[in-house]
Amino acid sequence: MIAELGLALLWMAAALACLSLVAGVLFVRGGKSELAALVRPASIAQGVLTAASFGLLIALFARSDMSVELVARNSHSLKPMLFKIAGAWGNHEGSMLLWLTILGLSGALVALFEKRLREDTLIATLAAQAALSLGFFAFLLFSSNPFNRLPIAPPDGQGLNPLLQDPGLAFHPPTLYVGYVGLSVAFSFAVGALVTREVGPAFARAMRPWVLGSWIFLTLGITAGSYWAYYELGWGGWWFWDPVENVSLVPWLAGAALLHSVAVTATRNALRAWTVMLAVIGFSMSMVGTFIVRSGLLTSVHSFAVDPERGTFLLVLMAIYIGGALTLFALRAGTVAEGKTFALLSREGALVINNLLLTTILALVLLGTLYPIVAEAMGEKISVGPPYYNKVAGPLALILCLVMVAGPLLRWRRDDGRTLWSRLPLALFAGAAVLFALVLFGGSVGVLPLLGMTVAAIVAVASLAPLWKRNLRRTPLPVWGMVLAHFGVAVALAGMAAESAFIKERLVAAAPGETVTVADFSVRFQGVEPVAGPNYTAVKATLIAATPDGDRFVLHPAARTFPGLMGGAPTETNEAALLTRPGGQLYAVIGQPVTGADGAQRYQLRLWWKPLVWWIWLGGALIAIGAAMAMLGRAQLLAIWRARQARKREERFA
Amino acid sequence: MRSRWVLFAPLAIMALLFGAFIYRLSVPPRTLIESQWIDKPMPLFDLPPATEGVAGLKSSDLADGKPRLVNVFASWCIPCRAEAPQLEALHAAGVPIDGIAIRDRPDDVAAFLRENGNPFDRIGSDVQSSVQIALGSSGVPETFLVDGKGIIREQIQGVILQDDVPRIIAKLEAMK
Repeated sequence: MIAELGLALLWMAAALACLSLVAGVLFVRGGKSELAALVRPASIAQGVLTAASFGLLIALFARSDMSVELVARNSHSLKPMLFKIAGAWGNHEGSMLLWLTILGLSGALVALFEKRLREDTLIATLAAQAALSLGFFAFLLFSSNPFNRLPIAPPDGQGLNPLLQDPGLAFHPPTLYVGYVGLSVAFSFAVGALVTREVGPAFARAMRPWVLGSWIFLTLGITAGSYWAYYELGWGGWWFWDPVENVSLVPWLAGAALLHSVAVTATRNALRAWTVMLAVIGFSMSMVGTFIVRSGLLTSVHSFAVDPERGTFLLVLMAIYIGGALTLFALRAGTVAEGKTFALLSREGALVINNLLLTTILALVLLGTLYPIVAEAMGEKISVGPPYYNKVAGPLALILCLVMVAGPLLRWRRDDGRTLWSRLPLALFAGAAVLFALVLFGGSVGVLPLLGMTVAAIVAVASLAPLWKRNLRRTPLPVWGMVLAHFGVAVALAGMAAESAFIKERLVAAAPGETVTVADFSVRFQGVEPVAGPNYTAVKATLIAATPDGDRFVLHPAARTFPGLMGGAPTETNEAALLTRPGGQLYAVIGQPVTGADGAQRYQLRLWWKPLVWWIWLGGALIAIGAAMAMLGRAQLLAIWRARQARKREERFA
Repeated sequence: MRSRWVLFAPLAIMALLFGAFIYRLSVPPRTLIESQWIDKPMPLFDLPPATEGVAGLKSSDLADGKPRLVNVFASWCIPCRAEAPQLEALHAAGVPIDGIAIRDRPDDVAAFLRENGNPFDRIGSDVQSSVQIALGSSGVPETFLVDGKGIIREQIQGVILQDDVPRIIAKLEAMK
């Protein structure tokens, strides 16, 4: 019954989305105000019903109901409960339902809490959100029904891809999805504002928390995904410029540009058309990313849910949404006044450069990702790899960081540069000190990592500069957030540069009892033992890493074998062992056994010393925390709460 | 009025992007990489017999005017056993087949032929894998379609499947 109920809820939610859309369009075209009264409750109910339907799908997975096709294909009764539940979104249909749930809940939240916007703009926004939902409802109900029953229930399921059987799965995709789909609200706000021609500070302020919120989740999702790939794949890398990584980076870049340009529109009423266009591009890139992953358009480590027919469906949906929004933009943006002007040396000026650089990086990453398709259309077969991305995106990102140094130290509208010149020398001194130290003692370091560490030092000092000569207790929360986020960029940049400059690697075939040295560690290979997990068997090695100070640490890298279920082939995964030290991480992977000429059993042992590598994810977390502080400050929850308390007190006395 | 047209630029870029997507959805990517051996002559070799009663194989044998198959196999190779019925069928259809046994022992080859039949006219014994390495073949079984002049026309990696048999016969027939 659960599956049938879930499907019924989906149809009802789709009908409500239809209602929101029709009533919204009629109202905006001059209909009665009763029509507007329908849109809010319909949006809220649609969100609740979709979420309930997703809850039922999770229940089906938790109960291992193998009569449902999706559960039978992606779950197994012996799986640990966490992975059973996570399995609900570890596949195409379930993840699309999650997508719709977030789409619906975002619409419901806008309907519930948005009070600042003009009513017709809000209704147009909700109608646009309903239109987005409707298309994805059609996609889910007609081509990827998650609640499909099997005529005969199999005795057990086929299991979940072992690489996905990791706590990371419970966290990484939903976080990214909240970020991806949260950008839909910015998209809808932009469409709503274009429809009613109300592009101004009110619209920008309404959109701002959504942009910040989505971007926080994108940052967390990408950071978590990077760490997950780092320890789960056992390759020791944290970013591979894989097509699917790129398409998750592109909405993040668009979001980063948007949250800076929306600040200009909200405070200075400038850059209006640009902000609207970025809002459209942000969610468009989310859709393009999903399309690329789901259609199998590009070959990638992530292509586990590939179906060209679904690709065509998604392509049509995207053509309608993106094409429609951009046509509306082309027709209406000309009538949107450009807003206030500003001097080049001003905060707006710095933010414009920031936006231009971010969109250029976005375009270059997108170009690199899609270039193989273009090249093949011309009859050539190529693949674009890290050398391209590092070469084109690296220098631009460093320039971007330098602009980030200046921006917060400039005033809005016009600036004489005095604050900037008075606070810059210390930062430049820090950069110069790092550069000299590296050149003198660092050995041979590549140009890009060298500049990376130098810029990181400059940014780290300069990012704190907005706090100088300021009463720290009265500094508003958004400023703290900005400082922390910019400092996080410096931390992440330092981690990336140090890791690529000073990484040490050893690959050996070691017999138990042997000692291998990597960087300052001498690692003794004690031996291996077999281990049986809940649904796998593994070979677990014991390594003892000793530092020059005589500290000893035990590492247990393992190679897991998951049996092939229902006649499938067995799958092997690597569990890397990580030892985190203040100066970096020791990364150990155990490989296949090899029998040597002398008959002794040896194991492939791969050891990396990665200096400061964990700073990358620390930086990502700092950026997300900074953005969260900015959002809390902007949402003015505290101010709203105080005003409400004051009103209550007044009512009591009246 | 010129600035008005700039506003259509995003739409135009989107159209280009979608053009690429439509192209890729309609023309699936070519993932097949053609063998570098096609239209190249067989490397020179002269292999002793792999087992008693069957002649050895040298490269000049392959240039006798008759198009043929050269099958790289081994008695210790399980997929080669799965392939044996298809080779039998080809042999029955009159296709000449020569074999190269990789890292094998005469007794084992004889046992393999007893169990799985002998479709081979000649079998060379490549104990050091030297011919296999010269051919750049990555494993066993592997089959080369060689025309009457000793030029390789096709390389089949892995097992010949039942569905391949009529195509191979037709292709060799066309080479005559």
